[in-house]
Amino acid sequence: MSDLLRLGLHDLHLGLGGKMVPFAGYDMPVQYPAGVMAEHLHTRTRAGLFDVSHMGQVILRPKTDMETLALAFERLMPMDVLGLAAGRQRYGLLTNDQGGILDDLMFANRGDHLFVVVNAACKAQDIAHLTQHLSDVAEVQPVERGLLALQGPLAETALAALVPGVAAMRFMDQGIFGWQGGELWISRSGYTGEDGFEISVSHAQALDLAQALLAQPDVMPIGLGARDSLRLEAGLCLYGHDIDETTSPVEAGLTWAIQKARRAGGARAGGFAGDTRILHELENGPERLRVGLAPQTRAPMREHVPLFATDGTPIGEVTSGGFGPSLNAPIAMGYVARAHADIGTDLEGEVRGKRLPVTVAALPFIPATFKR
Amino acid sequence: MKYTKEHEWLRVEGDLVVVGITEHAAAALGDVVFVELPEVETMMAEGDEVCVIESVKAASDILAPVDGQIVAVNDKLTEAPGLVNEDPTGAAWFFKMKLDDLSVLDQFMDEDEYNELIG
Repeated sequence: MSDLLRLGLHDLHLGLGGKMVPFAGYDMPVQYPAGVMAEHLHTRTRAGLFDVSHMGQVILRPKTDMETLALAFERLMPMDVLGLAAGRQRYGLLTNDQGGILDDLMFANRGDHLFVVVNAACKAQDIAHLTQHLSDVAEVQPVERGLLALQGPLAETALAALVPGVAAMRFMDQGIFGWQGGELWISRSGYTGEDGFEISVSHAQALDLAQALLAQPDVMPIGLGARDSLRLEAGLCLYGHDIDETTSPVEAGLTWAIQKARRAGGARAGGFAGDTRILHELENGPERLRVGLAPQTRAPMREHVPLFATDGTPIGEVTSGGFGPSLNAPIAMGYVARAHADIGTDLEGEVRGKRLPVTVAALPFIPATFKR
Repeated sequence: MKYTKEHEWLRVEGDLVVVGITEHAAAALGDVVFVELPEVETMMAEGDEVCVIESVKAASDILAPVDGQIVAVNDKLTEAPGLVNEDPTGAAWFFKMKLDDLSVLDQFMDEDEYNELIG
Protein backbone atom coordinates (compact mmCIF):
# COMPACT_ATOMS: atom_id res chain seq x y z
CA MET A 1 0.00 0.00 0.00
CA SER A 2 2.80 2.39 0.89
CA ASP A 3 3.93 2.84 -2.70
CA LEU A 4 0.46 3.74 -3.98
CA LEU A 5 0.22 7.29 -5.22
CA ARG A 6 -2.32 9.56 -3.58
CA LEU A 7 -4.72 11.80 -5.38
CA GLY A 8 -4.65 15.49 -4.51
CA LEU A 9 -8.19 15.03 -3.16
CA HIS A 10 -7.34 11.95 -1.08
CA ASP A 11 -8.54 13.51 2.19
CA LEU A 12 -11.79 14.65 0.57
CA HIS A 13 -12.49 11.07 -0.55
CA LEU A 14 -11.83 9.75 2.95
CA GLY A 15 -14.04 12.46 4.42
CA LEU A 16 -16.84 11.48 2.04
CA GLY A 17 -16.55 7.88 3.25
CA GLY A 18 -14.85 6.60 0.09
CA LYS A 19 -13.71 2.99 0.14
CA MET A 20 -10.19 3.14 -1.24
CA VAL A 21 -8.67 0.50 -3.55
CA PRO A 22 -5.48 0.36 -5.63
CA PHE A 23 -6.05 1.28 -9.28
CA ALA A 24 -3.38 2.05 -11.89
CA GLY A 25 -0.88 2.70 -9.10
CA TYR A 26 -3.20 5.09 -7.23
CA ASP A 27 -5.22 4.75 -4.06
CA MET A 28 -8.67 5.48 -5.48
CA PRO A 29 -12.27 5.54 -4.20
CA VAL A 30 -14.13 2.52 -5.62
CA GLN A 31 -17.38 3.63 -4.00
CA TYR A 32 -18.83 5.92 -1.36
CA PRO A 33 -21.40 4.91 1.27
CA ALA A 34 -24.29 5.09 -1.23
CA GLY A 35 -22.80 2.12 -3.09
CA VAL A 36 -22.14 1.32 -6.74
CA MET A 37 -25.78 0.78 -7.71
CA ALA A 38 -27.06 4.05 -6.25
CA GLU A 39 -24.08 6.01 -7.60
CA HIS A 40 -24.63 4.59 -11.06
CA LEU A 41 -28.35 5.41 -11.12
CA HIS A 42 -27.72 8.87 -9.66
CA THR A 43 -25.34 9.66 -12.53
CA ARG A 44 -27.94 8.54 -15.09
CA THR A 45 -30.71 10.66 -13.54
CA ARG A 46 -28.95 13.61 -11.87
CA ALA A 47 -25.22 14.34 -11.79
CA GLY A 48 -22.13 12.52 -10.56
CA LEU A 49 -18.70 13.91 -9.71
CA PHE A 50 -15.70 11.70 -10.50
CA ASP A 51 -12.10 12.37 -9.50
CA VAL A 52 -10.04 11.19 -12.46
CA SER A 53 -6.88 13.06 -11.53
CA HIS A 54 -4.90 9.84 -12.00
CA MET A 55 -5.16 10.32 -15.76
CA GLY A 56 -2.28 11.86 -17.70
CA GLN A 57 -2.55 15.38 -19.08
CA VAL A 58 -0.04 16.51 -21.67
CA ILE A 59 0.45 19.67 -23.70
CA LEU A 60 2.03 19.38 -27.14
CA ARG A 61 3.37 22.81 -27.98
CA PRO A 62 4.59 23.18 -31.57
CA LYS A 63 8.17 24.32 -32.11
CA THR A 64 7.28 25.88 -35.47
CA ASP A 65 3.58 25.72 -36.32
CA MET A 66 0.43 23.73 -35.57
CA GLU A 67 0.24 22.19 -39.03
CA THR A 68 3.68 20.59 -38.68
CA LEU A 69 2.71 19.22 -35.27
CA ALA A 70 -0.64 17.93 -36.51
CA LEU A 71 1.00 16.10 -39.42
CA ALA A 72 3.62 14.55 -37.11
CA PHE A 73 0.90 13.44 -34.65
CA GLU A 74 -1.02 11.90 -37.56
CA ARG A 75 1.89 9.48 -38.04
CA LEU A 76 1.09 8.02 -34.58
CA MET A 77 -2.70 7.80 -34.91
CA PRO A 78 -5.18 6.99 -37.71
CA MET A 79 -7.01 10.22 -36.83
CA ASP A 80 -7.53 13.48 -38.67
CA VAL A 81 -5.56 15.85 -36.44
CA LEU A 82 -5.04 18.53 -39.07
CA GLY A 83 -8.77 18.93 -39.65
CA LEU A 84 -9.63 19.41 -35.97
CA ALA A 85 -10.84 22.96 -35.46
CA ALA A 86 -9.63 25.15 -32.62
CA GLY A 87 -11.80 24.67 -29.54
CA ARG A 88 -12.68 21.10 -30.49
CA GLN A 89 -11.67 17.73 -29.09
CA ARG A 90 -11.45 14.27 -30.66
CA TYR A 91 -11.04 10.66 -29.53
CA GLY A 92 -7.70 9.24 -30.63
CA LEU A 93 -5.85 5.92 -30.69
CA LEU A 94 -2.08 5.61 -30.52
CA THR A 95 -1.26 2.61 -32.69
CA ASN A 96 1.81 0.40 -32.96
CA ASP A 97 3.42 -0.86 -36.18
CA GLN A 98 1.31 -4.03 -36.03
CA GLY A 99 -1.89 -1.98 -35.96
CA GLY A 100 -2.56 -2.69 -32.28
CA ILE A 101 -3.57 0.01 -29.83
CA LEU A 102 -0.98 1.50 -27.45
CA ASP A 103 -3.55 3.69 -25.72
CA ASP A 104 -6.76 5.57 -26.32
CA LEU A 105 -6.87 9.27 -25.56
CA MET A 106 -8.61 12.59 -26.07
CA PHE A 107 -6.86 15.38 -27.94
CA ALA A 108 -8.00 18.98 -28.21
CA ASN A 109 -6.94 21.79 -30.48
CA ARG A 110 -6.39 24.83 -28.26
CA GLY A 111 -5.39 27.22 -31.02
CA ASP A 112 -1.64 27.38 -30.53
CA HIS A 113 -1.12 23.93 -29.01
CA LEU A 114 -2.72 20.50 -28.53
CA PHE A 115 -3.94 19.24 -25.15
CA VAL A 116 -4.01 15.47 -24.67
CA VAL A 117 -5.53 13.32 -21.91
CA VAL A 118 -4.30 9.72 -21.65
CA ASN A 119 -4.95 6.70 -19.43
CA ALA A 120 -3.26 6.58 -16.04
CA ALA A 121 -1.78 3.12 -16.53
CA CYS A 122 -0.24 4.17 -19.86
CA LYS A 123 0.87 7.69 -19.14
CA ALA A 124 4.59 7.05 -18.64
CA GLN A 125 4.84 5.00 -21.84
CA ASP A 126 2.67 7.48 -23.73
CA ILE A 127 4.80 10.44 -22.72
CA ALA A 128 7.94 8.51 -23.74
CA HIS A 129 6.30 7.57 -27.05
CA LEU A 130 5.16 11.13 -27.77
CA THR A 131 8.55 12.51 -26.79
CA GLN A 132 10.37 10.02 -29.00
CA HIS A 133 8.24 10.76 -32.06
CA LEU A 134 7.26 14.39 -31.67
CA SER A 135 10.16 16.13 -29.94
CA ASP A 136 11.54 17.42 -33.26
CA VAL A 137 8.35 19.39 -33.82
CA ALA A 138 6.91 19.95 -30.36
CA GLU A 139 7.62 20.37 -26.68
CA VAL A 140 5.95 17.43 -24.92
CA GLN A 141 4.92 18.91 -21.58
CA PRO A 142 3.24 16.73 -18.94
CA VAL A 143 0.82 18.89 -16.98
CA GLU A 144 0.42 18.50 -13.22
CA ARG A 145 -3.22 19.33 -12.65
CA GLY A 146 -6.27 17.64 -11.20
CA LEU A 147 -9.04 16.29 -13.42
CA LEU A 148 -12.69 16.09 -12.40
CA ALA A 149 -15.57 14.71 -14.45
CA LEU A 150 -19.13 15.88 -13.89
CA GLN A 151 -21.57 13.62 -15.68
CA GLY A 152 -25.32 13.25 -15.98
CA PRO A 153 -28.41 15.12 -17.15
CA LEU A 154 -28.02 17.81 -14.46
CA ALA A 155 -24.27 18.28 -15.02
CA GLU A 156 -24.82 21.38 -17.13
CA THR A 157 -27.01 23.03 -14.50
CA ALA A 158 -24.53 22.28 -11.74
CA LEU A 159 -21.41 23.43 -13.58
CA ALA A 160 -23.11 26.45 -15.17
CA ALA A 161 -23.93 27.69 -11.65
CA LEU A 162 -20.16 28.16 -11.21
CA VAL A 163 -19.09 28.73 -14.82
CA PRO A 164 -22.06 30.08 -16.82
CA GLY A 165 -20.20 29.85 -20.16
CA VAL A 166 -20.30 26.06 -20.22
CA ALA A 167 -24.01 26.02 -21.04
CA ALA A 168 -23.18 27.09 -24.60
CA MET A 169 -20.71 24.23 -25.18
CA ARG A 170 -21.58 21.32 -27.44
CA PHE A 171 -20.37 17.73 -27.20
CA MET A 172 -16.57 17.64 -27.70
CA ASP A 173 -16.08 21.40 -27.39
CA GLN A 174 -13.02 22.34 -25.34
CA GLY A 175 -12.29 25.69 -23.77
CA ILE A 176 -10.48 27.62 -21.07
CA PHE A 177 -12.71 29.34 -18.50
CA GLY A 178 -11.79 31.62 -15.63
CA TRP A 179 -12.90 30.61 -12.13
CA GLN A 180 -11.97 32.36 -8.88
CA GLY A 181 -8.80 33.76 -10.38
CA GLY A 182 -7.66 30.47 -11.90
CA GLU A 183 -8.19 28.60 -15.15
CA LEU A 184 -10.47 25.64 -15.72
CA TRP A 185 -9.83 23.66 -18.91
CA ILE A 186 -13.24 22.25 -19.71
CA SER A 187 -14.42 19.83 -22.37
CA ARG A 188 -17.98 18.66 -22.89
CA SER A 189 -17.28 14.94 -22.89
CA GLY A 190 -17.02 11.97 -20.59
CA TYR A 191 -16.94 8.23 -20.06
CA THR A 192 -20.50 7.44 -19.00
CA GLY A 193 -22.64 7.91 -22.12
CA GLU A 194 -24.26 10.90 -20.40
CA ASP A 195 -23.94 14.55 -21.20
CA GLY A 196 -21.27 16.06 -19.02
CA PHE A 197 -17.93 17.74 -18.63
CA GLU A 198 -14.30 16.94 -17.91
CA ILE A 199 -12.58 19.73 -16.01
CA SER A 200 -8.83 20.12 -15.66
CA VAL A 201 -8.11 22.24 -12.60
CA SER A 202 -4.93 23.35 -10.84
CA HIS A 203 -4.09 21.30 -7.76
CA ALA A 204 -4.43 24.52 -5.76
CA GLN A 205 -8.08 24.94 -6.81
CA ALA A 206 -9.11 21.29 -7.07
CA LEU A 207 -10.49 20.97 -3.56
CA ASP A 208 -12.46 24.23 -3.79
CA LEU A 209 -13.90 23.21 -7.14
CA ALA A 210 -14.83 19.70 -5.99
CA GLN A 211 -16.54 21.10 -2.89
CA ALA A 212 -18.33 23.80 -4.88
CA LEU A 213 -19.68 21.15 -7.25
CA LEU A 214 -20.66 18.78 -4.45
CA ALA A 215 -22.52 21.68 -2.84
CA GLN A 216 -24.76 21.98 -5.91
CA PRO A 217 -28.13 20.27 -5.60
CA ASP A 218 -28.20 16.80 -7.15
CA VAL A 219 -24.41 16.31 -7.33
CA MET A 220 -23.04 13.21 -5.64
CA PRO A 221 -19.49 11.76 -5.56
CA ILE A 222 -19.08 8.64 -7.70
CA GLY A 223 -16.40 5.98 -7.37
CA LEU A 224 -14.58 3.74 -9.82
CA GLY A 225 -17.15 0.94 -9.44
CA ALA A 226 -19.95 2.98 -10.98
CA ARG A 227 -17.53 4.54 -13.45
CA ASP A 228 -16.96 1.04 -14.79
CA SER A 229 -20.63 0.00 -14.93
CA LEU A 230 -21.56 3.33 -16.57
CA ARG A 231 -18.91 3.04 -19.29
CA LEU A 232 -19.84 -0.61 -19.87
CA GLU A 233 -23.49 0.30 -20.45
CA ALA A 234 -22.27 3.08 -22.75
CA GLY A 235 -20.29 0.51 -24.75
CA LEU A 236 -17.00 2.33 -24.16
CA CYS A 237 -13.66 0.52 -24.15
CA LEU A 238 -11.47 0.14 -21.08
CA TYR A 239 -7.83 0.12 -22.13
CA GLY A 240 -5.98 -3.05 -21.14
CA HIS A 241 -9.22 -5.00 -21.20
CA ASP A 242 -11.34 -4.27 -24.30
CA ILE A 243 -8.46 -2.83 -26.31
CA ASP A 244 -4.72 -3.42 -26.08
CA GLU A 245 -1.58 -3.82 -28.19
CA THR A 246 -3.05 -6.85 -29.98
CA THR A 247 -6.46 -5.43 -30.90
CA SER A 248 -6.76 -3.15 -33.90
CA PRO A 249 -9.13 -0.17 -34.02
CA VAL A 250 -11.20 -1.97 -36.66
CA GLU A 251 -11.55 -5.14 -34.58
CA ALA A 252 -12.50 -2.95 -31.64
CA GLY A 253 -15.35 -1.43 -33.63
CA LEU A 254 -13.74 2.01 -33.39
CA THR A 255 -13.80 2.75 -37.11
CA TRP A 256 -16.04 5.75 -36.38
CA ALA A 257 -12.94 7.34 -34.86
CA ILE A 258 -10.96 6.99 -38.11
CA GLN A 259 -11.90 9.99 -40.22
CA LYS A 260 -12.22 9.85 -44.01
CA ALA A 261 -9.01 11.83 -44.55
CA ARG A 262 -6.96 8.90 -43.21
CA ARG A 263 -8.77 6.11 -45.07
CA ALA A 264 -8.14 4.78 -48.58
CA GLY A 265 -8.94 7.56 -51.02
CA GLY A 266 -8.73 10.24 -48.31
CA ALA A 267 -6.58 13.38 -48.46
CA ARG A 268 -3.94 11.85 -46.15
CA ALA A 269 -4.71 8.15 -46.43
CA GLY A 270 -2.45 5.85 -44.41
CA GLY A 271 0.91 7.09 -43.22
CA PHE A 272 0.22 6.11 -39.59
CA ALA A 273 1.66 3.34 -37.43
CA GLY A 274 0.00 0.05 -38.33
CA ASP A 275 -1.60 1.44 -41.49
CA THR A 276 -1.10 -1.77 -43.51
CA ARG A 277 -3.26 -3.87 -41.19
CA ILE A 278 -5.76 -1.15 -40.36
CA LEU A 279 -6.43 -0.13 -43.98
CA HIS A 280 -6.65 -3.80 -44.97
CA GLU A 281 -9.20 -4.47 -42.23
CA LEU A 282 -11.20 -1.37 -43.16
CA GLU A 283 -11.38 -2.69 -46.72
CA ASN A 284 -11.95 -6.39 -46.04
CA GLY A 285 -13.34 -6.54 -42.53
CA PRO A 286 -11.44 -7.86 -39.50
CA GLU A 287 -11.25 -11.50 -38.45
CA ARG A 288 -12.86 -10.77 -35.11
CA LEU A 289 -14.99 -7.94 -33.77
CA ARG A 290 -15.80 -6.40 -30.41
CA VAL A 291 -19.50 -6.89 -29.76
CA GLY A 292 -22.03 -6.25 -27.04
CA LEU A 293 -23.21 -9.36 -25.20
CA ALA A 294 -26.50 -9.87 -23.39
CA PRO A 295 -26.34 -12.92 -21.10
CA GLN A 296 -29.71 -14.68 -21.21
CA THR A 297 -29.65 -15.78 -17.57
CA ARG A 298 -29.12 -13.57 -14.52
CA ALA A 299 -25.52 -14.77 -14.13
CA PRO A 300 -23.02 -12.03 -15.04
CA MET A 301 -20.33 -13.00 -17.55
CA ARG A 302 -17.12 -11.32 -16.55
CA GLU A 303 -13.75 -10.73 -18.21
CA HIS A 304 -12.14 -13.92 -19.67
CA VAL A 305 -15.40 -15.91 -19.85
CA PRO A 306 -14.82 -18.07 -22.96
CA LEU A 307 -17.44 -17.81 -25.72
CA PHE A 308 -18.66 -20.61 -27.97
CA ALA A 309 -20.92 -20.98 -30.98
CA THR A 310 -24.03 -23.05 -30.23
CA ASP A 311 -22.28 -26.03 -31.86
CA GLY A 312 -19.53 -25.79 -29.23
CA THR A 313 -16.82 -24.19 -31.38
CA PRO A 314 -14.70 -21.69 -29.40
CA ILE A 315 -15.18 -18.29 -31.04
CA GLY A 316 -14.00 -15.66 -28.55
CA GLU A 317 -13.86 -14.25 -25.05
CA VAL A 318 -15.51 -11.66 -22.83
CA THR A 319 -13.24 -8.65 -22.24
CA SER A 320 -15.50 -6.65 -19.86
CA GLY A 321 -18.59 -7.80 -18.12
CA GLY A 322 -20.75 -7.36 -15.12
CA PHE A 323 -24.11 -5.96 -14.23
CA GLY A 324 -25.83 -2.98 -15.81
CA PRO A 325 -27.77 -1.18 -13.04
CA SER A 326 -29.80 0.91 -15.51
CA LEU A 327 -30.80 -2.23 -17.40
CA ASN A 328 -31.17 -4.32 -14.26
CA ALA A 329 -29.48 -7.13 -16.16
CA PRO A 330 -26.04 -8.58 -16.74
CA ILE A 331 -24.16 -7.11 -19.71
CA ALA A 332 -20.78 -7.72 -21.28
CA MET A 333 -18.62 -7.05 -24.27
CA GLY A 334 -16.01 -9.19 -25.91
CA TYR A 335 -14.40 -10.31 -29.14
CA VAL A 336 -15.98 -12.93 -31.39
CA ALA A 337 -15.10 -14.33 -34.81
CA ARG A 338 -16.70 -12.16 -37.47
CA ALA A 339 -19.11 -14.89 -38.64
CA HIS A 340 -20.67 -14.79 -35.17
CA ALA A 341 -20.73 -11.03 -34.67
CA ASP A 342 -24.15 -10.13 -36.08
CA ILE A 343 -26.59 -8.63 -33.60
CA GLY A 344 -28.98 -11.31 -32.38
CA THR A 345 -26.55 -14.22 -32.84
CA ASP A 346 -27.00 -16.82 -30.11
CA LEU A 347 -23.78 -17.89 -28.39
CA GLU A 348 -22.77 -19.60 -25.18
CA GLY A 349 -20.47 -18.38 -22.43
CA GLU A 350 -18.84 -20.71 -19.93
CA VAL A 351 -19.41 -19.57 -16.35
CA ARG A 352 -18.04 -21.80 -13.56
CA GLY A 353 -17.96 -24.81 -15.89
CA LYS A 354 -21.48 -24.31 -17.24
CA ARG A 355 -22.34 -23.17 -20.76
CA LEU A 356 -24.98 -20.44 -20.48
CA PRO A 357 -26.84 -18.71 -23.34
CA VAL A 358 -25.73 -15.23 -24.39
CA THR A 359 -26.83 -13.13 -27.36
CA VAL A 360 -24.85 -10.63 -29.41
CA ALA A 361 -26.35 -7.21 -28.65
CA ALA A 362 -26.06 -3.72 -30.11
CA LEU A 363 -23.67 -1.25 -28.46
CA PRO A 364 -24.19 0.96 -26.59
CA PHE A 365 -26.61 -0.79 -24.25
CA ILE A 366 -27.90 2.62 -23.15
CA PRO A 367 -28.29 5.32 -25.81
CA ALA A 368 -25.92 8.25 -25.34
CA THR A 369 -27.45 11.60 -24.39
CA PHE A 370 -24.71 13.93 -25.61
CA LYS A 371 -25.58 17.53 -26.39
CA ARG A 372 -24.58 17.69 -30.05
CA MET B 1 -25.85 -17.98 16.36
CA LYS B 2 -22.37 -19.16 15.35
CA TYR B 3 -19.98 -17.52 12.93
CA THR B 4 -17.26 -18.76 10.56
CA LYS B 5 -14.04 -17.06 9.55
CA GLU B 6 -15.56 -16.84 6.06
CA HIS B 7 -18.20 -14.46 7.48
CA GLU B 8 -21.10 -16.90 7.41
CA TRP B 9 -23.61 -17.12 10.22
CA LEU B 10 -25.00 -20.50 11.32
CA ARG B 11 -28.31 -20.78 13.16
CA VAL B 12 -29.62 -24.04 14.54
CA GLU B 13 -33.25 -24.77 13.70
CA GLY B 14 -34.35 -28.14 15.15
CA ASP B 15 -31.92 -30.67 13.67
CA LEU B 16 -30.96 -28.35 10.81
CA VAL B 17 -28.45 -25.54 10.47
CA VAL B 18 -29.46 -22.41 8.54
CA VAL B 19 -26.61 -20.59 6.76
CA GLY B 20 -26.30 -16.99 5.61
CA ILE B 21 -23.69 -14.26 5.37
CA THR B 22 -23.04 -11.60 7.99
CA GLU B 23 -23.85 -7.91 7.69
CA HIS B 24 -20.13 -7.26 7.56
CA ALA B 25 -19.78 -9.59 4.54
CA ALA B 26 -22.83 -8.15 2.79
CA ALA B 27 -21.52 -4.62 3.22
CA ALA B 28 -18.10 -5.62 1.91
CA LEU B 29 -19.62 -7.27 -1.16
CA GLY B 30 -21.74 -4.27 -2.05
CA ASP B 31 -24.95 -4.48 -4.06
CA VAL B 32 -25.68 -8.15 -4.68
CA VAL B 33 -27.14 -8.73 -8.17
CA PHE B 34 -27.04 -12.50 -8.58
CA VAL B 35 -27.25 -15.54 -6.33
CA GLU B 36 -26.80 -19.13 -7.45
CA LEU B 37 -28.16 -21.73 -5.03
CA PRO B 38 -27.37 -25.45 -4.78
CA GLU B 39 -29.77 -28.26 -5.64
CA VAL B 40 -31.78 -29.53 -2.71
CA GLU B 41 -30.59 -32.96 -1.50
CA THR B 42 -26.98 -32.36 -2.61
CA MET B 43 -24.42 -33.84 -0.23
CA MET B 44 -21.76 -31.27 0.63
CA ALA B 45 -18.34 -31.75 2.14
CA GLU B 46 -16.75 -29.04 4.26
CA GLY B 47 -15.18 -26.46 1.96
CA ASP B 48 -17.31 -27.30 -1.10
CA GLU B 49 -18.63 -24.32 -3.03
CA VAL B 50 -22.33 -24.19 -2.18
CA CYS B 51 -23.50 -20.81 -3.48
CA VAL B 52 -22.23 -18.09 -5.76
CA ILE B 53 -22.89 -14.46 -4.87
CA GLU B 54 -22.19 -11.75 -7.40
CA SER B 55 -22.20 -8.07 -6.63
CA VAL B 56 -21.88 -5.29 -9.20
CA LYS B 57 -18.16 -5.45 -8.51
CA ALA B 58 -17.22 -9.12 -8.26
CA ALA B 59 -18.16 -12.77 -7.74
CA SER B 60 -17.60 -14.71 -4.52
CA ASP B 61 -18.60 -18.05 -3.03
CA ILE B 62 -20.21 -19.46 0.05
CA LEU B 63 -18.41 -22.62 1.11
CA ALA B 64 -19.98 -25.46 3.07
CA PRO B 65 -18.95 -24.83 6.70
CA VAL B 66 -19.27 -28.54 7.57
CA ASP B 67 -20.26 -31.84 5.91
CA GLY B 68 -23.99 -32.29 5.41
CA GLN B 69 -26.95 -32.48 3.08
CA ILE B 70 -28.75 -29.48 1.59
CA VAL B 71 -32.41 -29.82 2.55
CA ALA B 72 -33.76 -26.38 1.63
CA VAL B 73 -32.68 -23.31 -0.33
CA ASN B 74 -34.05 -19.77 -0.25
CA ASP B 75 -35.44 -19.32 -3.76
CA LYS B 76 -36.40 -15.72 -2.93
CA LEU B 77 -32.74 -14.77 -3.35
CA THR B 78 -32.77 -15.81 -7.00
CA GLU B 79 -35.64 -13.40 -7.66
CA ALA B 80 -34.49 -10.67 -5.30
CA PRO B 81 -30.73 -10.88 -4.71
CA GLY B 82 -30.84 -7.40 -3.12
CA LEU B 83 -32.33 -9.05 0.00
CA VAL B 84 -28.76 -10.03 0.86
CA ASN B 85 -27.98 -6.35 1.45
CA GLU B 86 -31.33 -5.47 3.00
CA ASP B 87 -31.66 -8.25 5.55
CA PRO B 88 -28.54 -10.44 5.54
CA THR B 89 -29.16 -12.12 8.89
CA GLY B 90 -32.92 -12.58 8.48
CA ALA B 91 -34.82 -12.92 5.20
CA ALA B 92 -31.64 -13.56 3.22
CA TRP B 93 -30.74 -17.00 4.55
CA PHE B 94 -29.16 -19.07 1.75
CA PHE B 95 -29.66 -22.77 2.58
CA LYS B 96 -30.47 -25.25 5.32
CA MET B 97 -28.26 -28.27 5.93
CA LYS B 98 -28.88 -31.49 7.79
CA LEU B 99 -25.87 -32.60 9.81
CA ASP B 100 -25.14 -35.94 11.39
CA ASP B 101 -24.14 -34.30 14.59
CA LEU B 102 -24.88 -30.68 15.47
CA SER B 103 -22.03 -30.62 17.99
CA VAL B 104 -19.59 -29.97 15.12
CA LEU B 105 -20.89 -26.38 15.29
CA ASP B 106 -19.17 -25.92 18.65
CA GLN B 107 -15.90 -25.22 16.83
CA PHE B 108 -17.24 -21.94 15.40
CA MET B 109 -17.11 -18.46 16.91
CA ASP B 110 -19.82 -16.94 19.02
CA GLU B 111 -20.95 -13.38 18.45
CA ASP B 112 -18.34 -11.76 20.70
CA GLU B 113 -15.53 -13.69 19.08
CA TYR B 114 -16.79 -12.78 15.61
CA ASN B 115 -17.10 -9.10 16.48
CA GLU B 116 -13.52 -9.22 17.67
CA LEU B 117 -12.46 -10.73 14.33
CA ILE B 118 -14.07 -7.99 12.26
CA GLY B 119 -13.41 -5.24 14.80
